[in-house]
Amino acid sequence: MHSSGQTLNGSEIFFECLRREHVEYIFGYPGGSLLKVYETLHDVKDIQHILVRHEQGATHMAEGYARATGRPGVVLVTSGPGATNTVTGIANAYMDSSPMVVFTGQVPSSLIGNDAFQEADIVGITRPITKHNFLVKDVRELAITIRKAFFLATTGRPGPVLVDMPKDILNSSCVFEFPETVDIRGFKPTFKCHINEVEKAAQKIAKAQRPLLYIGGGVISAEASEELRTLAIQQNIPVTMTLQGLGAFPGNHPLSMGMLGMHGTYWANQAVNKCDLLIAVGARFDDRVTGKVDTFAPQAYKIHNDIDPTNVDKNIKVDLPIVGDAKNFLATLLEVMPEKKENREPWLSEINAWREQCPLTYSSEDDLLRTEFVIDEVSRQTSGNAVVVTDVGQHQMWTSQFYTFINPRSIITSGGLGTMGFGLPAAIGAAFGIKDRPIVLFCGDGGFMMNVQELVTAVHNKMPVKIFLINNSFLGMVRQWQELFHQEKYSFTDLGDSNPDFVKVAEAFGCKALKADNPESARQAITEALAYNEGPILVDFRVVKKDMVFPMVPAGGSISDMLLARLNPKTMV
Amino acid sequence: MKHIISVLVENKFGSLNRVAAMFSARGFNLESISIGETEDTEVSHMTIVTRGEDQIISQVLKQLNRLVDTIKVTDLTKQPHVERELLLMTLKLSKTVQHEIFELITVFKGKVVDIKQKSITIEVIGSPDKINTTIDIFRPYGIKELARSGAVAIHRGE
Ligand SMILES: Cc1ncc(C[n+]2csc(CCOP(=O)(O)OP(=O)(O)O)c2C)c(N)n1
Ligand SMILES: [Mg+2]
Repeated sequence: MHSSGQTLNGSEIFFECLRREHVEYIFGYPGGSLLKVYETLHDVKDIQHILVRHEQGATHMAEGYARATGRPGVVLVTSGPGATNTVTGIANAYMDSSPMVVFTGQVPSSLIGNDAFQEADIVGITRPITKHNFLVKDVRELAITIRKAFFLATTGRPGPVLVDMPKDILNSSCVFEFPETVDIRGFKPTFKCHINEVEKAAQKIAKAQRPLLYIGGGVISAEASEELRTLAIQQNIPVTMTLQGLGAFPGNHPLSMGMLGMHGTYWANQAVNKCDLLIAVGARFDDRVTGKVDTFAPQAYKIHNDIDPTNVDKNIKVDLPIVGDAKNFLATLLEVMPEKKENREPWLSEINAWREQCPLTYSSEDDLLRTEFVIDEVSRQTSGNAVVVTDVGQHQMWTSQFYTFINPRSIITSGGLGTMGFGLPAAIGAAFGIKDRPIVLFCGDGGFMMNVQELVTAVHNKMPVKIFLINNSFLGMVRQWQELFHQEKYSFTDLGDSNPDFVKVAEAFGCKALKADNPESARQAITEALAYNEGPILVDFRVVKKDMVFPMVPAGGSISDMLLARLNPKTMV
Repeated sequence: MKHIISVLVENKFGSLNRVAAMFSARGFNLESISIGETEDTEVSHMTIVTRGEDQIISQVLKQLNRLVDTIKVTDLTKQPHVERELLLMTLKLSKTVQHEIFELITVFKGKVVDIKQKSITIEVIGSPDKINTTIDIFRPYGIKELARSGAVAIHRGE
């Protein structure tokens, strides 16, 4: 460790800054513009560099790590193609508000703009998908820029920040000074909620007959689950969560209603439809949640707390906007709320009636293997204590329905961007961050192939990721839409003839692998996989091919359009 | 409704691009945008003219505020403000209309900045409305070339 006041080159400054930001891992891949950095890295022992096999993998790993731990994920890639390969991962982190700092090498300053070898204007390319980005133009600016990047990525609504570092900057030297504080004139997020507004919210809650908490990922990133739990239980308010909000409130508590929205539970969506007070916290009224906005929570007085003012009144006009940190909001609310438990029995029993009317179920009469069973069984065997990562598709929605999330930071999934290929690297990243809970990945047979190269990273680092491959031989979610809305024209969604033998694929990478094609073998495989901790293990679950996820509110539809089961049973299996 | 927004931004490379790109990415209308330095060399002043309903304008203001480079965002529309635009315009010149053109220049408080055998270049400063009228009035004489600066605006002093 060098100290302030020493003369260091840009690469040394880079690592000094990372140390001071308490970075444990860098997910990276070397290249021409970063040779100096990798030269310095050779002797760095206190920060671990994880070599990925594709830069997109590095970004998803960093995000998985960030989401599991709450600390920013760090990515290091070379200029040009290295940088452009990070675009999807950056966009993903931006949409899901994950803290991440991406460092890109750049061609020497004197060549910028000349179409130099491996030059790409990555600052221009990533401007709309980063919270902010920087091109470092002077080595004396490097330390302050890195400090700002971490500050921006982690303060207020988290998000990705990119720092582009030209090769000459990394080679030249200056006196190293690490700025302890940063002040960015144009960046002053509002943390503290306005007390008058919170008091007004408290009054509304006290009077409401049919209140409902609608909870998003903001509650998890603000570490506000405790406060939420106290409020909901003390005031007897049922809680529904978004995909990113799952685990903010324990899924096994009677007040939990699971997820709302397109594939949300019947009772959560009915409750949204009938509630007289909707309290949205750290959620953004995404179209997958609201469906048709005019008919969303039509009877409700709407309170919306969010750290980002642009989320308020964006998709839906609310009655009481409260800008500020979710933890501050909920804690203040608890202070000003009268502590008496309201009688909400009529409302809760109405909800229970909906729950009994259309529960989440799946057929278990035959000996066929269904995704719902696999997820249900994993939930049972891990007692809801795993860090669950998913890819994108049907298996993702079933995970939201059938895994019982009990704690915050238990689901890591691509919600906003819906990025297939996210799951495997994100699970590996989560495994670097969390060592005392099982890391479980549910992944489709389509999405698995999109970043399959990262199996190398998992095997090489002996990461104990349980890769539960939900192999339905289809791009299942697209197939579902084709069946429901596109005249059963199954255009390019059948992977049956072209999928590889996944067990062999895994074994070729040096990854242990099992196969299961009925409930009993699946149960055993899950037990075996959960007990295996020497490295990654893959289970190829040969599930039925044509199952569909219900309930489903078609895109842009209302609760009254909710589909509860297949229209045409002959297309089953 | 038309809104005129004044934005103080960090005088940094890319600031204008960030603002303009945000408008296009979010599908906001952008009628004009102009930028220049201020008394503080680290700060630039931007004047933006946009149109939209109140809910859209409120999003525009919030999205502008959210950009890290923006320091202060003010919707001047409903506040006392001064708004000016510069017009440079080259017109065809002939003996027959010469007289009328000069008279109109005086009416619009314009200035002749260049004059040639067959053309005359003038400048006019005024509110965007006045600039629109000026252009309409001169159009029949034959406009060869025209450039507008876009509006710049600031608060009226106390
Ligand atoms: C990168 C990317 N490409 C395309 C899509 C569109 N898409 C959404 S779900 C899906 C099917 C996913 O299939 P699979 O991974 O097998 O999961 P399943 O739905 O079968 O569980 C596709 C193609 C996407 N979300 N991401
Ligand atoms: Mg599939």
